Parts: sequence; structure tokens; C-alpha cells
Amino acid sequence: MMQKKLNQKAWFLVLPVFLLVAFSAVLPLMTVVNYSVQDSFGNNEFYWVGAEWFEEILNSSRFHDALGRQLLFSGIILAIEVPLGIWIALSMPKKGWGASLCLVLMALPLLIPWNVVGTIWQIFARADIGLLGHTLAAMGIDYNYTQNATAAWVTVIIMDVWHWTSLVVLLCYAGLSSIPDAFYQAAKIDGASRWAVFRFIQFPKMQRVLLIAVLLRFMDSFMIYTEPFVVTGGGPGNSTTFLSIDLVKMAIGQFDLGPAAAFSLIYFLIVLLLSWVFYTVMTARDAEAGQ
Amino acid sequence: MSTPMTIMRLIKRIRITPTLYILFLMVPLYWLLTMALKTNAEILGGFSLWPANPTLANFKTILTDPSWYGGYINSTIYVALNTVISLVVALPAAYAFSRYRFMGDKHLFFWLLSNRMAPPAVFVLPFFQLYSSIGLFDTHIAVALAHTLFNVPLAVWILEGFMSGIPKEIDETAQIDGYSFSAFFTRIFMPLIGSGIGVAAFFCFMFSWVELLIARTLTSVDAKPIAAVMTRTVSASGLDWGVLAAAGVLTIVPGAIVIWFVRNHIAKGFALGRV
Repeated sequence: MMQKKLNQKAWFLVLPVFLLVAFSAVLPLMTVVNYSVQDSFGNNEFYWVGAEWFEEILNSSRFHDALGRQLLFSGIILAIEVPLGIWIALSMPKKGWGASLCLVLMALPLLIPWNVVGTIWQIFARADIGLLGHTLAAMGIDYNYTQNATAAWVTVIIMDVWHWTSLVVLLCYAGLSSIPDAFYQAAKIDGASRWAVFRFIQFPKMQRVLLIAVLLRFMDSFMIYTEPFVVTGGGPGNSTTFLSIDLVKMAIGQFDLGPAAAFSLIYFLIVLLLSWVFYTVMTARDAEAGQ
Repeated sequence: MSTPMTIMRLIKRIRITPTLYILFLMVPLYWLLTMALKTNAEILGGFSLWPANPTLANFKTILTDPSWYGGYINSTIYVALNTVISLVVALPAAYAFSRYRFMGDKHLFFWLLSNRMAPPAVFVLPFFQLYSSIGLFDTHIAVALAHTLFNVPLAVWILEGFMSGIPKEIDETAQIDGYSFSAFFTRIFMPLIGSGIGVAAFFCFMFSWVELLIARTLTSVDAKPIAAVMTRTVSASGLDWGVLAAAGVLTIVPGAIVIWFVRNHIAKGFALGRV
């Protein structure tokens, strides 16, 4: 573990980042806080309403439903993507052109603009023009993601698995490739089983990157907006209206600034709390590993 | 060695799980590509696995219509601006985090991380008001600055990870040899973490390129990104699938090109330099 020197002048090096992020994060957040405690009759006349909007949002079934759908969605995609990602990373070639080819092809979905991901799946899943929709219809399966809530959920989840599983694969691959060959040779000499190799050599090395994978996947799925919006528009009904979709609807569609601001702050606080938990666990592990 | 034997050995070397997974990734992309090569009449007329008469007409529409290709130019400009701004401010900060302890360093680091985790939907309306009030609405620089919200923290994280892998002795030796800090940083240190800078630039490019919500909100005409051009076409006509697919294909190309250059470091980059 590298010993760091105490140097207060280092603040000068951090200052540009501090100012820039303060401008693009703190300033807008102040606006949100401002709106969340006021009401307006228009004409830029505002008056103080205290915690009214917060109470309204926290007690509204609309927010509860969106939060419930969001948690369910994030839970499902984590339960699929993390084990699947580990499994694929374990069975990938470790080096050579095969590994490079796998990495490039697998990373491809990660680089597609999010609305294009939505467009791809919209085109792919439509029953009239899509390969998937058409095949399912030909097999006699009633599948219409614009009318059936279950079909919409399945589409959105498969789309997310398609889009993001590679992130877990790449992270696990990075962890696995840091294991020296000598470890595997030693395991072979000891006659270790495949499971033992995974449990005692590969898994411990992957733990750290897996934590990053879970953190990133959880956070990004928790703020998902564009992809489901393009495919389902939050429907049918409200069945795929996740938190971000609901918030944008409220803020820009209905221009309910007060409730939308309160919604934003509650939403942000949930994310902040969860990322703090993840961060603490992560740095605690780093400290353990350093000793 | 006979040919069937070689083929058999090749087949044995191909691994089933990754192959199936890549197949799963490629099929929707294949479908997008075939759509782009079909005329709209053929798409809506009947179902076929490949285009009967492949045509480049859809691509031609995009490359000759300024309202289409202008979107690509706008996206490229703000993505490039964002990448440069993010790297310039993140480099010294990452160095400070990787080398020194200072007042509030841990809090600052977490605060940066929290911005990477902030839902863009929360920032849509305040960003719109902020950039409108300072007269930057519908400019490339507004989108570039707004995207620093998540790209600067990311760049700091990745660069810090790569910098921590460089032994401190190098800094000290350079100091003894009489290098000033700026000369040491630009002439010795930056080349050493070259791959890290490349990876950080790649990720800034990527996350700015794929983002739509903020980019769409901050622009109307002059700086409208390609992603927004696409969504408006969907809502306006909802019909021209061929052109839409061709536009989609063209948005994938830049990513596919840059990914090739960072393929050996990409895994480490996704691990935020922490492997």
C-alpha cells in the first residue's frame, strides 16, 4: 500500500474539478431545492409552502408504484445479469485474438446511443416487422408489448440484459485476467475440483470488480429512462413507468415544478444513500486488502 | 494434416457459451442492418430474413439531408468538447487524489462519485433554466458542460486508478533531477499513463455519445444531437423505418471504430482502473 503524503496544496490541483462540478451539479440542485419548498401562481410569484410537496409525494400512490416498479426492475436485471456475466467471463478465452474479438464484439452494445438501443428493440420485437415478434407470432405465442404489460416487461428486461450484461462480463474478465497462471498450476497439482478453483481462486479475485459491477448496474438501472421510453413510452398504461420516466412526465409534461422538485430530491437521496452504502463497503474492502 | 481434422480442431476450440452470447448480441444488430438496406415498402410489405434488393437509398437520404447529417456533426462537436474539458480538469485532480492526502479528500471523492450516480432526469429542468439564463441554450458548449456532470467524476476515477499504479519514486527522481512540476507532469508522467488517458477519453466519448435526455433538453435547432433528430422522426411520421434503421447503424459506427483502439485496456477501464 502506497503511503500518501499530507499536502494541503493539492487542493489547487483539485480546484478546477471542484469549480466545474459545483457549477454543473450544485447550482442546479439549489434550483431544485428552491422549487421544492415553494408554490407559484405563475408570473414568477412564489410563496413558501415548507414540506408540503414532500408530504404529497411521499404519500402519493403514484410515487410508491413507480418506486416499486423501479426496485422490481433493478432486482430482476441484477439477478439475471450478474450470474450470467460471471458465467460468460469464466468461459471466455483468456488471451490471444479470440479474447480480443470477444471483448470488442461484447462491448459493442455498450457504445450504442440509448435511444438507438430502444429503436433496435422496437424494430426487433414488433410483431409486424420484427424478427423476434414475427417468430413468436408464428409460433402461436400472443406477444404484443404495446398492449400486454407482461410482454412489455419481458421486452424491457431482455433489452437491458442485451444492453448491459457485457459490462459485468468485462469487469469479471478484468478481475480474472489479473490471476497469475501459477495459481491455476498449484490448484492442478493439489487436484482441486473446478468448483474449488472457482470458490477459492477466481471468486476472491473477482469480488472487488463484482462490487463495482453491482454498483454500476444498480445505479444505472435505477435511473433508466431512454430505452424503455423509446420502446414502451412507459406503457401500456403505467406498467413500465419507472422513476425517471415518471419524473420527466411530471416536470416537463405537466410542469408541476413543486412536486417534481420534491420528487427529484427524494429520488436523489435514495440513490445517494445506496451509493454511500456501496462506497463504504468498497473502501472497507480496499482497506482490508491493503493490510 | 487433413482439412476436416483442422476444422474439427477449430470447432473444438470455439467455446459454446461466449459464442451463443455473442450470437444473442448480434441478431438484433443484424436485424437493424437488414432494415437499413430495405426500402420502406419492402419492410412493411412482407416478412423476409434478408433484403431482396439491398439498397443504400436510406443511407443516401441521411448523408445528403442537412437536418440528418447535421445531427451527427453536432453530436461530434459536443462530445469532443466534453472529452477535452473533462480530461483537462480531471488530470491534475486525479494526480492529487493518487499522490496526496489533504483536507476533505475522501469526502470530495465521494461527492464526485455521487454525481456519477445522480439520475439525469433530476437535472433536466434545472439545467434547462441554468443554461437558458446564461444565454447558452442550444449551443454545443452547454451540452458539453452539462455532460461533465457525470464524465468528470468518471475521468477522475479512471485516471486515479491508472496513476496509482505508477510508483511514487518516479515523481521523486524527477524532482531531484530538477524538473519543475509542470515539465515533469507533461513530459514524463503523462506519457507513462498514456493508456489510462486513452481509456478515460474513450469513456468520456462513450457516455457523452450515448446520452440523450440532457442533450435533447438543452438544444432545439443549432446544436441538436443525432439522437434527438431520430426521436423526432419517430414521433412525427412513425413510418420511415428504413431511414431510422440506417441512422441507427450510423450511430454505432464511431463507437465500433474507437473501441478497436482501446480493446486491450477496455476491461481495466470499465473496472475504473481498479484491477
